[in-house]
Amino acid sequence: MTTLAAAKGWQFRRPSVIPGFGLTLGFTIAYLTLIILIPLSGVAWRTTELGWAEFWAIATDERTLKALRISFGASLIAAIINVVFGTLVAWVLVRYRFPGRRIVDAAVDLPFALPTAVAGIALASIYAPNGWIGQLLTPLGIKAAFTPLGIVIALVFIGLPFVVRTVQPVMEEIDREVEEAAATLGANRFQTIRRVILPGLAPAVLTGFALAFARAVGEYGSVIFIAGNIPYVSEIAPLLIVIRLEEFNYAGATAIAAIMLIISFSMLFAINLIQAWSRRRYGYGA
Amino acid sequence: MDVSIQSVRKEFDGFPALHDVSLDIRSGELIALLGPSGSGKTTLLRLIAGLERPTDGAVFFGDEDASHRSVQERNVGFVFQHYALFRHMTVADNIGFGLKVRPGATRPTKAEIRRRASELLDLVQLSGLENRYPSQLSGGQRQRVALARALAIEPRVLLLDEPFGALDAQVRRELRRWLREIHDRTGHTTVFVTHDQEEALELADRVVVMSQGRIEQIGSADEVYDRPNSPFVYGFIGDSSTLPVRVENGQLWLQDRSIGLDASDVPAGPATLYFRPHDIELLEGCGGCIAGTVSASRRVAGTRGVELEVGGARECVEIELPVDFPAGTNGRIAFRPKRWKVFPEGNQDNSRPVEEERHITGLDESELMLAATL
Repeated sequence: MTTLAAAKGWQFRRPSVIPGFGLTLGFTIAYLTLIILIPLSGVAWRTTELGWAEFWAIATDERTLKALRISFGASLIAAIINVVFGTLVAWVLVRYRFPGRRIVDAAVDLPFALPTAVAGIALASIYAPNGWIGQLLTPLGIKAAFTPLGIVIALVFIGLPFVVRTVQPVMEEIDREVEEAAATLGANRFQTIRRVILPGLAPAVLTGFALAFARAVGEYGSVIFIAGNIPYVSEIAPLLIVIRLEEFNYAGATAIAAIMLIISFSMLFAINLIQAWSRRRYGYGA
Repeated sequence: MDVSIQSVRKEFDGFPALHDVSLDIRSGELIALLGPSGSGKTTLLRLIAGLERPTDGAVFFGDEDASHRSVQERNVGFVFQHYALFRHMTVADNIGFGLKVRPGATRPTKAEIRRRASELLDLVQLSGLENRYPSQLSGGQRQRVALARALAIEPRVLLLDEPFGALDAQVRRELRRWLREIHDRTGHTTVFVTHDQEEALELADRVVVMSQGRIEQIGSADEVYDRPNSPFVYGFIGDSSTLPVRVENGQLWLQDRSIGLDASDVPAGPATLYFRPHDIELLEGCGGCIAGTVSASRRVAGTRGVELEVGGARECVEIELPVDFPAGTNGRIAFRPKRWKVFPEGNQDNSRPVEEERHITGLDESELMLAATL
C-alpha cells in the first residue's frame, strides 16, 4: 500500500471505504481550535505584550523560579510514587481475586470524582499537626501539612487513578503463556516479572506517568489547602498565577503561564516520542 | 529421556479433565497426542511440563519422580501454539533467555550465549535475523524462533502444544517436515499435541488418540488407521462410514436382508458397522450385500464421493468410487466393505471390540478401483 502511494506521489488522504473523513476532520480541527488552541494562543499573545527584557525579568524572578521548581519537582516526585504504587495496585486488582476487590477497584476512581477542594481540605485536616496522621508524624519530626511534602501528598492522591487505569487494561491482556514460557525456560518468579512482564508494561506505565504528571502540574484546588502557600517554600506556580491576577498584573500572570506551557508541552512531547519509538520497535498496539 | 506417566488423574475445580491416564514415552521418540478439543491432550502435555500438577498419579523422567518438581526444575522445552515470544526482546535475546536466567555458576558467558543463539538460528534456518523483533517476523518464523528458544536450554523433553495450529496450510506442511528433520537430527524425546490427524499420522512415531480425558488407543500410524480399536478412533481418524445393523445367527443384517458379512463373534442384537468409504468391493447381483440408490455424488480430488440411501429406512451411507464410475443420481449400487468392524450397540465406550477383518485376495474390479482412489 505504501509503495502504491509512493508511486502516485504524496496524497493528503488515502482512499478508504469509511465515509465522512472531510466532515469529521473538519470538525476535529475546528473543535480543537476553539477549545484548546485559541485559549493557549491567547496566553502566548498576552505574553508578547511584554517586552523580552520584562518577560525575562519575570521568568527569572526568584519567586517565579521557586514556584516553578516546586510545581514541577513535586509533580515529578508524585508521578514517580504513583507509577510504583499505581502499578502495584493494578497488579493486585488484575491478578488476585479477593473479597472486596470490586470495592477497592471502585475506590481507585474516587480521586477522579471528588472535587479537588474537598480532597485538599480533607488531606489538610488529616495531615495537620493535630490531625489523625499528622499527630503520628509530629513526634517523628515530620511535618507534612503546609510544607512541600504536603504538596506531594496531594498530588499523589489526585494522580493515582491515572496510573492504575492506564496500566490495568494492558496488564489484563498480558498473555499467561508468555509467563509460562519464561517459567519453562527456568526463570523464577522475580526474573519473570523483571525481565518479561515489566518491560511489556513499560509503554502503559509511561503513559500513566505522563498523565499523572500532567495532571499534577495543573493541579490547584487540592494543593492550596495543604501547601500552606508560603512564598519561596510551598507556593506552587498555578497559585502564583492567581496571585498575579488578583494584583491585576495580567502580563505577569500570562508570562508564568507561558513558561509552564512550554515546559509541560516539551515534557509531554518527549514522552510521546519515547512511546512512538517503543511502539515501532516492539509492535505494541499494532 | 524416558518419560512415564503413571495413573495420572487431573481435576479442575472438581471437573475431571483426565481420568487415570498412563503412558510410557521412550527416549528419542516423537509422539503425538491426538484428539478433539476437550479430550485432555493439552492438559496431559502441561502435566508433563509441570505447568499443571496432577490430582493423582505420578510423572517420571527416567527413574526420577518429577511430580513434585517445579516447572523451572524440570528442564523441559515448551512450544506454545501462539509462540509466546517475548516481544520486547530481539530474536537472539529470546533464544538466549533460558541461558541468561540461569544462576551465576551455571550461566554461560555472554559471548557463549550469543554463539549458542546463532548456532540455533542456523538450525532453524533463520540465520541473520538475530536482531529482529518478533513483530517483524512471519508466523512460521516466530514458531521457529520459539522452537530454537526451547532447544537452547538443552531440554530433557521437548513439548509442543499445537505448534502449527495458528499457521496456514502451506507453512504448516513445510514446518511439519522440518520438525521431523530437526527431531531426527537432535534426537530429543518429543511430545506434541494436535487435533489434526494428518499431522499426527505423518509426523509421529506413535500416535496417542485421546477422547474425553481418556486414552483410546496408542499405536503407530498404521495401527491406529488400519486397526482402530473403538468406534471413536474409527470415526476420528480417517474417513469412515457407519451403518446401523443387527447381529443375528452370526450374520450381519440390514433390516431383513443379510449383508453377507460374517459376525459369529459378535453378541446378537443391534450394532454399528464401520468401514472406510474407499475400502469396498462393488457387486453385480445382490445376494448378501449393501445396496442403495445414489442420492448425491461429488468430486473429491482424485475420487468421487457417492452418498447412497440404503434400505427401507433410507439410511445414508457414503462410499468412494473412481471418478470415471458412471454413478448417476438414482442409479443403484451394490457393494460390500472389504475391511470392517462391528461395535455392539450401547457398548460404545471402552468396548473391546470384536476383531472382524476380512481380506479379499486377487485383483478384482474393486481392488483396481481402490488403486485408482489412492
